[in-house]
Amino acid sequence: MIEALHLSKRFQDKKRGEVRAVDDVSFTCHPGEIYGLLGANGAGKTTTLRMLATILEPTEGTARLCGHDIVEHPERVRANCGFLSTATALYPRLTAQEMVEYFGRLNGLDSATLKKRIDEIFDRLDMNDFRDRRCDKLSTGMKQKTSIARTLVHDPPVMIFDEPTLGLDIMTARTIIEFIRECRDRGKTVIFSTHVMREVEKLCDMVGIIQGGKLLAEGTLEQLRQRHGENDLEEVFVKIVTPHYVPEAV
Amino acid sequence: MRLRNIWIVYLKELTEALRDRRTLITTFLVPLLLIPVLGAGFTAVMAGVIGKAKREKPKVMIVGGTDSPGVVAALRKYPKIKVVPTMPDWKNQIIEKEIRAAVEIPEGFEGDLAKGQGGTIKIDIYGGEIKSELAAGNLENYLKEYRDSIAINRLEANHLPPALLKPFQVKRESIASPEKEAGAVLGGIIAYVLILMCLNGAMSPAIDLTAGEKERGTMETILSSPVSRTHLVLGKFLLVLTASLMTAMLLMVSIGVSSAALQKSRVLNQLAEEGGPAPQFALGPKAIVSVVIMAVPLAVLFSAGLITIALFAKSNKEAQSYIAPLMFLVLIPAVAAMLPGVDLTPKLAIVPLLNVSLLCKELVTGEYHWNYIVLIFASTCVYAAGALYLAVKMFQRESVLFRS
Repeated sequence: MIEALHLSKRFQDKKRGEVRAVDDVSFTCHPGEIYGLLGANGAGKTTTLRMLATILEPTEGTARLCGHDIVEHPERVRANCGFLSTATALYPRLTAQEMVEYFGRLNGLDSATLKKRIDEIFDRLDMNDFRDRRCDKLSTGMKQKTSIARTLVHDPPVMIFDEPTLGLDIMTARTIIEFIRECRDRGKTVIFSTHVMREVEKLCDMVGIIQGGKLLAEGTLEQLRQRHGENDLEEVFVKIVTPHYVPEAV
Repeated sequence: MRLRNIWIVYLKELTEALRDRRTLITTFLVPLLLIPVLGAGFTAVMAGVIGKAKREKPKVMIVGGTDSPGVVAALRKYPKIKVVPTMPDWKNQIIEKEIRAAVEIPEGFEGDLAKGQGGTIKIDIYGGEIKSELAAGNLENYLKEYRDSIAINRLEANHLPPALLKPFQVKRESIASPEKEAGAVLGGIIAYVLILMCLNGAMSPAIDLTAGEKERGTMETILSSPVSRTHLVLGKFLLVLTASLMTAMLLMVSIGVSSAALQKSRVLNQLAEEGGPAPQFALGPKAIVSVVIMAVPLAVLFSAGLITIALFAKSNKEAQSYIAPLMFLVLIPAVAAMLPGVDLTPKLAIVPLLNVSLLCKELVTGEYHWNYIVLIFASTCVYAAGALYLAVKMFQRESVLFRS
């Protein structure tokens, strides 16, 4: 379970002055549900998810993951969630197995449990062929699988995906989409951000539309379509976002 | 579980460092090879130059002196020079290094001498040129002896004892142990190289573990794991410290072994045979161990300092450009300590880096002033702790970790 409570993040920018990257965002995601955060580039998706994953600290407001407060107990929060984004790379000089082991150990798994978990995950993701290959020698698909294994090693109840398919080829992206669905089916709480409408339509139980750091609309796909009288999600999105859209100054 | 995480981070960073060629070269290869290669090269060149200069009979011209056959004959008999026929362009020949020196004897020199009015014999040389200086030194000594012999002859002619010329003798003798003599020569250089190696050993891992991690995009990955940022930076710091200390230790071992080898080799004996004292390079294990111990807080200071600076950079390249000027800054006190006359005082004992350099100089000479050792160790520990605190604090700051 994720509860975001008035999450806000302000940055000081030399040129633009104070920037409200995320402005008073509240929402709830339940176990066994996929919550999609839909927004254009620079809308505040990444900052929101980074705050949930405790990589950034909110300026105001807070959030709770599985009851743990992200400001008070960031370490407990991280122990309960898996975070995957295109920016979360692998250590090039470690092998796939060492990479996953490292994160297992940091999550406090003992050697016996860790070995069992790794064997299980490597079998399931069909990773045994490149177990001992260094991460810098892996193909994009193999890297993605290793990253998935890394987020799964401690079997967290909450999964956070920040634009997980950005820049991936179709087949690799499909693996990820499949994986996200599987997480939900296993009863995990899943939140993911994207600007790809198709992914939202395919996956999401709940959708939040974010623009300029503000959560403008929220609901199931059906609710959003009815509320705005459009069948096409892209049209819905444009209708919601347009009055608030400010093109970025160049 | 909590402190265990520091260890887990450390082990992982160690695994990666041992697979990084650049780190391996700066930590193992450079300190092990630097001193033997530099030392052997330097000694060989020096031995060659000095030996050759001493073996070569310098060509000397005698200018004038046609009316002073005594002096000319004496000079011609002198075995350490080769008198060549005088040419009118002798000054040029000195500049062109065709001859090493010229002895100018004034007109009517011996006539004046007989009258008791001594003139001046001039030795023309190429100042600063080692072969010319050596020839001039020899000539000067020889002519002084010649002068003394004339004086003694005069005394004897008047039935006076020759001792009148030298009522007493002056003798110089070094009572410092060979270790101390070596220290005076080597101490400053060792401190300089030690500081350089401590910094160099820490540099490449410090950059790799901070800016490098940002560049490769693994910073976000590791920050999403349950390890706390303090534990993470401490684990990283320990690895950088290991590399720095390893470099310093290998350097000192290498210095010890090379100096022992040098002592045994014939090079020094050859130098000694050519006259002049044999340089001493003996460096005992005690001196080596004490210098390594002093290097510990220094390595902490460098490791934490470099992590703090490199953390601001977004890429390896950027980090290197921040750190390059630091190299020069750090070497200023190290060079200052090499200057003659700069010795430990209570004030200098709290100047970072300079204090360690000066202390190293003393330790190498076998002197142990415990009050200074304690003061310097403690003050360096304080600076090191400050740097480490800063590194930990910086690692908590989003504006530093996610600088854009």
